[in-house]
Amino acid sequence: MKKSTIINLIFVLAIGIALHLLRKAGFINGYYDHILTKICMFIIAAVSLNLINGICGQFSLGHAGFMAVGAYIAAIFTKNPGLIIPEAIAGMPRFFVALIIGGLMAAFVGFLVGLPTLRLRGDYLAITTLGFGEIIRVLLLNWKFVGGASGYFGIKPYANFLSVYVLAVITVFIIQNFITSSYGRACIAIREDEMAAETMGIHTTKYKIIAFVLAAFFAGIAGGIYAHLMQAIMPRDFSFLVSVDILLMVVLGGLGSTSGSIMAAIFLTLVTESLRRFQSLRVIIYSLMLIFIMIFRPQGLLGGQELSVSMLKEKIKLLFGRIKPEKGYASTNGTE
Amino acid sequence: MPVPVLETKDLTIRFGGLTAVMDLNIHLDEGELVGLIGPNGAGKTTVFNMLTGVYKPSAGTISFCGELLCSAEHSVPPSQISIKGIARTFQNIRLFKELSVLDNVKIAYHQHVKYGLATSFFHIGKYAAEEKEIEKKAIDLLQLFGLENKKNEQAKNLPYGEQRRLEIARALATRPKLLLLDEPAAGMNPQETQNLMELIRFIREEFDLTILLIEHDMSLVMGVCERIYVLDYGRVIAQGSPAEIRTNPKVIEAYLGSEGIA
Ligand SMILES: Nc1ncnc2c1ncn2[C@@H]1O[C@H](COP(=O)(O)OP(=O)(O)OP(=O)(O)O)[C@@H](O)[C@H]1O
Ligand SMILES: [Mg+2]
Repeated sequence: MKKSTIINLIFVLAIGIALHLLRKAGFINGYYDHILTKICMFIIAAVSLNLINGICGQFSLGHAGFMAVGAYIAAIFTKNPGLIIPEAIAGMPRFFVALIIGGLMAAFVGFLVGLPTLRLRGDYLAITTLGFGEIIRVLLLNWKFVGGASGYFGIKPYANFLSVYVLAVITVFIIQNFITSSYGRACIAIREDEMAAETMGIHTTKYKIIAFVLAAFFAGIAGGIYAHLMQAIMPRDFSFLVSVDILLMVVLGGLGSTSGSIMAAIFLTLVTESLRRFQSLRVIIYSLMLIFIMIFRPQGLLGGQELSVSMLKEKIKLLFGRIKPEKGYASTNGTE
Repeated sequence: MPVPVLETKDLTIRFGGLTAVMDLNIHLDEGELVGLIGPNGAGKTTVFNMLTGVYKPSAGTISFCGELLCSAEHSVPPSQISIKGIARTFQNIRLFKELSVLDNVKIAYHQHVKYGLATSFFHIGKYAAEEKEIEKKAIDLLQLFGLENKKNEQAKNLPYGEQRRLEIARALATRPKLLLLDEPAAGMNPQETQNLMELIRFIREEFDLTILLIEHDMSLVMGVCERIYVLDYGRVIAQGSPAEIRTNPKVIEAYLGSEGIA
């Protein structure tokens, strides 16, 4: 591991511990606790979608579908003690095992969806994943075992802030490591020029599928967390609009930037929560926001750059040093 | 007789009614530097596209180091061909424009990476050592091409001549046996062309390469190639040493028909 990675990790740990202590001391009440957990869940969803849409340059609209798979599968396992996972594994350990099974199931479905589609160039993936999301929803509506349209209830609230925070950190760690590795460079090459990447010996279909399946896995994990946070899930919780919300996070943060996705996930979750009482307004504000991004900062907040502790240090040095800071730099305080 | 590095037999490709390349029979022996010339639209780039798996031939075969590479019945994806040892550059430069010069080269090393996917998730084991080695090799290569001081610049910001050189460096990073260069001197001034000629000769020795070169710039082809094939309307109309080609009436006619021989 590089030194900068370790510094970032320490920074992230410090934030986690600080938030945890604030909760313990009673400064963060149940409602904010819920929102913090939700933020972490959306971070997992956004960072994984960024892997497909931002890094690999493929346009997927199916994240809600993968989240639905993860949510229902994980919930089935925590609600039915003794189902496949031995009964001895109960409580939190059962939750984690259920999450992983949900993630693996989502990854498997991702593989089935990606295999025929990712061979093709162009917009086929957007269309297929859009259809896939709807198919999953219709299947769930008609699956009596998980309650059909009325929903699946009585899921235990295993998803607390601390556990989900740790899961988010692990997710970001793994995905960011992948992106900076040679495999990640291969994915970026596909985004930049598919034909040139192929000619350089990169099996483009294979790497697109790897990225897609990896993203589907983490979307499944996010879905599992959602189920155990809300304690009840319905097929309409995973509508196309949820995929769009997550896509908006990725675009707002800057396609290809993990830290951008994280910041946008935090920001948009807060906006959504504060507008909870004005549902119809939310749609308008989101649309306006999207239009403003496209006009004023089409590359997103970070424009594909990564924010890190060392980079913040550089910027601060620049700010107080002799050199004048660059004008128009998006001033944001990140958590990566 | 030694096995040729590259051999095509009756290679043909049709696009609808147009036969872009017809019954092409060429061969390159190990270490040769061969030119492929011809007027605009003769089918030169199309030959490269067949050799690298971008187009599937309509008829005929391509053999690489004595092994059947592809034919009309059996196509191989470009990535597989690159792994077998054929690298190329593009007539209309196809660098990863938004990425750094260094990353452009590192990406081409990817096919030789030994650490697995799981290692890439956790950056454990041989990850650090291998990434360091990739970086070192990429920088060494850039050094040969005089680009190491620009390694952090975006590829699109390099001057044209340097972009062409970077594309060759990137192709070499795949460690090919056979290098295909599509008009490497296009857009260069005479001095740059001269330097490029020396560079091409140098890399052939340094990397034990066999090179097939498409070129419009006659001085480059005549100066550097040992043997030349002349293509016109998809057919080979002449082949031989530069001296023979220069005086071949068919070649003169083909070129006078278009722009005249330099
Ligand atoms: N994908 C394609 N579909 C249809 N026709 C094609 C295709 N690719 C090439 N051709 C045609 O094949 C012929 C040969 O083109 P090619 O690009 O190989 O010529 P070239 O010798 O490289 O010319 P130049 O010197 O201009 O680069 C042209 O008539 C071209 O229009
Ligand atoms: Mg050409």
